[in-house]
Amino acid sequence: MRHIISILLENEAGALSRVSGLFSARGYNIESLTVAPTEDPSLSRMTIVTVGSDDVIEQITKQLNKLVEVVKLSDLAEAPHIERELMLIKVRAVGKDREELKRMADIFRGRILDVTDSTYTMELTGTGEKLDAFLQALDRSAILETVRTGASGIARGERTLKV
Amino acid sequence: MDRGPTLEFTGAEIVIKCLQEEKVEFIFGYPGGAVLYLYDEIFKQDKVKHVLVRHEQGAAHAADGYARSSKKVGVCLVTSGPGLTNAVTGIATAHLDSIPMVIISGQVPTRAIGEDAFQEVDTVGITRPCVKHNFLVKDVKDIAATMKKAFYLASSGRPGPVLVDIPKDITVAKARFEYPETVTMRSYNPVTKGHPDQIKKAVQLLLEAERPMIYAGGGVILSDAAPQLTEFVRHLGFPCTNTLMGLGGYPATDRQSLGMLGMHGTYEANMAMHNCDVLLAIGARFDDRVIGNPEHFAQNPRKIIHIDIDPSSISKRVKVDVPIVGSVPDVLEEMLKQLHTTKAKPDARALKDWWEQIEKWRARDCLKYNRNSEIIKPQAVIEKLYELTGGDAIITSDVGQHQMWAAQYYKFDKPRRWINSGGLGTMGVGLPFAMGAILANPGATVACITGEASIQMCIQELSTCKQYHLPVKIINLNNRYMGMVRQWQEFFHGNRYAESYMNALPDFVKLAESYGHVGMKIEKPSDIEPALKEALARTDDLVFMDFITDQKENVFPMVPGGKGISEMILAEEL
Repeated sequence: MRHIISILLENEAGALSRVSGLFSARGYNIESLTVAPTEDPSLSRMTIVTVGSDDVIEQITKQLNKLVEVVKLSDLAEAPHIERELMLIKVRAVGKDREELKRMADIFRGRILDVTDSTYTMELTGTGEKLDAFLQALDRSAILETVRTGASGIARGERTLKV
Repeated sequence: MDRGPTLEFTGAEIVIKCLQEEKVEFIFGYPGGAVLYLYDEIFKQDKVKHVLVRHEQGAAHAADGYARSSKKVGVCLVTSGPGLTNAVTGIATAHLDSIPMVIISGQVPTRAIGEDAFQEVDTVGITRPCVKHNFLVKDVKDIAATMKKAFYLASSGRPGPVLVDIPKDITVAKARFEYPETVTMRSYNPVTKGHPDQIKKAVQLLLEAERPMIYAGGGVILSDAAPQLTEFVRHLGFPCTNTLMGLGGYPATDRQSLGMLGMHGTYEANMAMHNCDVLLAIGARFDDRVIGNPEHFAQNPRKIIHIDIDPSSISKRVKVDVPIVGSVPDVLEEMLKQLHTTKAKPDARALKDWWEQIEKWRARDCLKYNRNSEIIKPQAVIEKLYELTGGDAIITSDVGQHQMWAAQYYKFDKPRRWINSGGLGTMGVGLPFAMGAILANPGATVACITGEASIQMCIQELSTCKQYHLPVKIINLNNRYMGMVRQWQEFFHGNRYAESYMNALPDFVKLAESYGHVGMKIEKPSDIEPALKEALARTDDLVFMDFITDQKENVFPMVPGGKGISEMILAEEL
């Protein structure tokens, strides 16, 4: 099953490699990993999307908690949550395709950030599934480049992950 | 502070001051370019004594042996690059057995880091997977706080090695010195007290058990919980087995002790482990050398209670019914308290039947061997050593057959008498472990049970032993083979002894003598006793005893890899 593990960790050099090293050393999967400092610059917030049985996820959370730099963590998939991913995409846009691509971007609530005679560069935010759907809807040969951030997540309602 | 609070000290001075504040007696190390300023400060004081090893692996193992045989944190000091990489085996050894250790490593100057400087390695990167935590100190002002954290992390919670990497320029830079009295880390708060509801549930389960079993590991030794465990086991009247790392946690000569369990555990311990209906695991981790194949282990339904300070040890290989996260002595004391207040008692009738079954298993006498052999049997040497030392020596071992025989035939009644590399299985640890143990326990008899293959992996430390007058008794069980490798080749590889024969062995007597020690060669069973007596009487000398033993002797019982714990091969079956 897919899990989204959200981690608050000390914003120190090497903390990221402790987390990623743990996953590779113990053979756990990482589907995506995002990390950036929080409003408190001494802390980083990391979101890891991983797949595993309940036993494996239990071990992952225990092993992560054991890392000295990990302050707190929670498995967002256990309760209602919001998940977002950002994609930047550059597409070939010439002739009648230009209008079609613009319409497609509107349908998916994407925004065109940069325009040349022959390309559009767009941004699109949503769940991973929505971004996948957008890519599916495009003519493959039109896609010049995609950049995805991986998922970030936050719990719904009053629940917070804070020190 | 005698020099006034406004005075500044160099980073090197601060490091040594921190060691003094931590009351470090010995530091095991080897100098080199990146640590010259640190050595300069060691030279100028005499509170912290430096022990110069002959190879950095020896430094890490000696610090480790010091920690295992005392209740203190072991400390070692190595230079950057190869100094550190040489120590890595020792650090990993300590890590797998959760030994409190602080490793100080020199690093190239901060401005040179990342430039592939002379003797530069990414120390923090290389050691990250084999330490509890590590630090790179980038500012002289951080040294004191970092050292304090290092000692705290190493010795609290589930202990482990902590490394502090210090670039050379940081040892020269100056700062004021104030050693913090306490440490608070928002990200590190190990639990000590077990959850009361869980403890209650556990006590209830134990009282309802018909075929109970207590399985105690290294956590009992590390947390100094042997007295609590002993009281607990005796109060309940239950059988108790110890893991390789837990030997001495419960007295081996007691009737309720079933000896060691696992791959080379006793028949009775493994059978009781497999057939019990309630299992209490204490500071143990159900590892592959202990329970064998987890699927086979799970075939018999049983309720499992697991006490461990590290939540990640619980339900890792075996699903547990009642997890109790906490420090072993605290939890056992709480359980004892509840047992004393409750009126309920274990079912005496069921327990009597269970003990009858266990005694039948014990009657198989799984550790018997040919006592009338014309060739020296390795077991006989260890039994005699046990007898002559009254079971009170500190025994270190290397890794292989001799290690298993030592664990089986030397009966440990007290904790911290048995020092071996259980998790990593590091050949070469025996002699440096013994160095650390003898320095931590002056006056104690320290014997290193080893083999001709293992001993050669850190043989250079004989020189250290000479320099510091460390009268270790080396019991070299010399069968001219890497015995455990040979045994597996015999059982599982059609007697093809690929590269396991130790050709071109040195004359160990002359070798010992060339280092200035006493060497003895013992070839006849009748010479075992007089030779051991003579060696033990030489309390001021390191005596290297080269016992020429039976080449074909195997360790029994044996659970073959991948098999279940009750699927043992016994000596009589061959």
